[in-house]
Order: sequence, then structure tokens, then C-alpha cells
Amino acid sequence: MCPPARTPTEQEIHGRQGRTITDHDAHEINRVEELSYDLKVRDVMTAALKTASPDMPLSRVLEILRLNRISGLLVVENEQLVGVLSLEDIVRALQKNELTAPTSRYMTRDVVTVASYDSIVKAISTFTEKQLGRLPVIDENHNLVGMITKGDITRGILVALQKDYKTEEVRRYRASHLFEDIISERTTLVLRYTIKAGDFTQGGKASSYIKRALLRLGADPQITRRCCIAVYEAEMNLIIHSTNGGILKLEVEPHRISMSATDEGPGIPDTEQVFEPGYSTATEQVREMGFGAGMGLVNMKRCVDEIKLESTVGKGSRLVMRIFIPNQTVGVSRDGQTDEPSTDH
Amino acid sequence: MNLQQIIDQLNLTVLTESRDFASITPTGGYSSDLLSCVMAGAKRGHIWTTLQAHLNIVAVAALNDVAAIIITESAQPDVAAIAKANQQGVILLSTPRPTYEINGELWQLGIHK
Repeated sequence: MCPPARTPTEQEIHGRQGRTITDHDAHEINRVEELSYDLKVRDVMTAALKTASPDMPLSRVLEILRLNRISGLLVVENEQLVGVLSLEDIVRALQKNELTAPTSRYMTRDVVTVASYDSIVKAISTFTEKQLGRLPVIDENHNLVGMITKGDITRGILVALQKDYKTEEVRRYRASHLFEDIISERTTLVLRYTIKAGDFTQGGKASSYIKRALLRLGADPQITRRCCIAVYEAEMNLIIHSTNGGILKLEVEPHRISMSATDEGPGIPDTEQVFEPGYSTATEQVREMGFGAGMGLVNMKRCVDEIKLESTVGKGSRLVMRIFIPNQTVGVSRDGQTDEPSTDH
Repeated sequence: MNLQQIIDQLNLTVLTESRDFASITPTGGYSSDLLSCVMAGAKRGHIWTTLQAHLNIVAVAALNDVAAIIITESAQPDVAAIAKANQQGVILLSTPRPTYEINGELWQLGIHK
């Protein structure tokens, strides 16, 4: 009853719904649809079956039906499915007082089947199309291998979903205990992203990966938010201002998060002036997109506990920011406190 | 006031994939066309009104977990922006009316800060 091994999707690698771990609903719908294609009939079918042979007398079939409280039997000869016999067929035989007749005389020979290697979406459409409640399953050699009902499909999807859910839980649990499980004098998790100059289409991508990583590590949502604002501004600065792009790096330790943005030019002539609200060197084109408000470094400073900007014109810039996590490790969330950066400007 | 009611009352066009908008209740709103200000000012669950329509508003909205973006004055996001919004679960709504009017109506509907 286990779903077959398969390559995880982008969504599964990067968390539910591709962005945060909050929007479960839409994702679950997609996941069920996805599972209808991923799961095969053989994964959810019932394998052990009561069958009849073509020469079995109907009285014997009736006995099997009665003892097992079922309403029909598949008729098999040399492992091949040759027909189906239902209670209705037995009633017909009873009317003619032919209960001693062989099954082959009353069985229906034209049986709708589904293949064990078909995805369950095929079974679902056959159920709907033929208005049937159960289908015999045959393998590639046309041998009867099982039976599938709508209930089997529902159960199969639920089991697979539960497995997904557990995997996600385990993944989150492991991540949030990372710093407790690994013993060293100093454990640091380093996330590193290369940011291309002028690539606005990727703007905020590294920041969203960082957000997801921090939440998965169990970081406090407020600290995550401060971190996100700071790294987003740094990321956009590399895209907007750097000559050849740069590196965005995040170092997570139990007591602090360090962020750095490094580029190789053009360099900043006055590293004090850039902290003045409203000061910007952004081009008109970039401003039209809503950047260049002159609030980037102001926002960063507001969100972090420590900020240091070093720059040499012609060589490059290096911005280092730190957020300290008081009396706790990443992985234990702090309750009731807000350290939302002030937003009045 | 849920997002479906807001969409109906303000006659907004939904640009992204349809969702169960009635299950989303915006907690407030924020308006700016400057992305740095939005990064600092918009909160989780807010409605963001702006006349910016380019790709980068999606990243800002996703990072801030805003409930939806209302793009005003018929500014039209391109296909890439809409695709990215769908991928990241960001709701894009559109109106021909200016930001000021939309904000006024949102306030009247009880969407306060």
C-alpha cells in the first residue's frame, strides 16, 4: 500500500505552497490531484481475492457468496480473468432450477477491468464512466491480481497524504532541533546566495529562501521578519547598485544571526550619507519601479542590532548586520514579546 | 469583512488564480508605491494598495505575507508577474480607480489599520 518512490517536487523541497508554511489549503488540493496520478492501482488495490472457476457449480458459488457476505465473484481460469458472476446471475439460474450448472453457463464474460500499472485517476474515470463500484485489476499478462473499490482509492490517498504530513513534520522537527542535536564549541549554519546585478526578475528570491529556512529552524516570527526586511533590502541593493552582483550570506547561530552582503564595486563614496533617510543614488528607471526611496539602509538599521558598512570606491562594499537572539537558541520561540521595527517615517 | 466581500463591494478584477477568498480576512491595510516603505510598513494579513504592477511587488508581498495586492489605476502586471504570484500564492486584484478612492472605500468597509 506504499506509494512508489518518486522525485520530490519543487514544492516539497522548499516547503508547502512554495513560499511560507502557512497556506496549506490550496496545496492540499493540488497534492490530491498530484497523488491521483502518482499512485498506481496496485498501490491501493486489495490483492487477496475469493474467485470461482468456470466449472464450479453455482451452488458452491452461492455458498462462497453467503459465507463471505459478498455479492459477486470473479471467475478465473489459469490465472486469467474469464468472467464475473453476481447474485443476479444466480437468481436467473434459480428460476430455471439450475443451481447445479457450471459457473461458465451463467457468468458475464465481458468484464470491465483496470490495469495494475494504471494511475488511480484512470480507475476513477472508469468508475464514473461505467457507473461501477468495483473493478477487477489485471497485470501486464492479463492475469487477475486484485480488486479495487472507490473506498480503496480514498484510503490510499489518505495514507499517502498522512505520510507526506509526517515527512514534513519530521523535517521541521529535525530542522528546529538542529542546534541541539549537533554538539560543537560553535555551530554555525551558513546560507550563501549569489545575487546577479540588474536581475530584477529574481529580486527577493534569496530573501524568501532565507525566510523559509528561518521559520523551519523554528526562529521567532518577529526575528524572522526583521531578518527578512534586512536581507531583502541588501539583496535589492546588490541587484540595483552593484557592478557585477555580489554574495548574500546568512550565518545562523543559536544566539545570533549574522547577515552580510559583499560586492566588488562600484563602492560607496560616503558611507555615512547612505544612512540618511531619503538619500538615494538610484536611477530614474529603478525609481519608477518603486525602488530608490532612500529607505533601504534606514530600514536595515532599524531591523538589526548591529550594522557595519565598509566600502572603497573602485574596489567594493561589504555590509555586515547582526541580530542577537536574547536568552534562547534558534529553535525555541519566544512568547509575547514584540520587537517589531518602528515603521513611522 | 472577508476578501470575497471586498472584491464584490469594490468590483475588483481578480488577476491570479481563483481561491477561497471568503476564507481570507484582511487585518488592515497599507498603501505605498515605494517598496522599502512597504517592506517596513505592511504587516501580515494586510491589503496593499499600489499602482506598481511589476514583478517585484510579488516578492515584497510574499515576504510580508500580505493578504492581497490591489493594483490601482488599471496598471497591468505582465504574464511573468502573474505567474510568479500564482506560484507564491500572492493574490493580485485590479481596479481602474485611483489608490485614494480605494483606500477610502476600504476604510468605510471597516478595514482600518
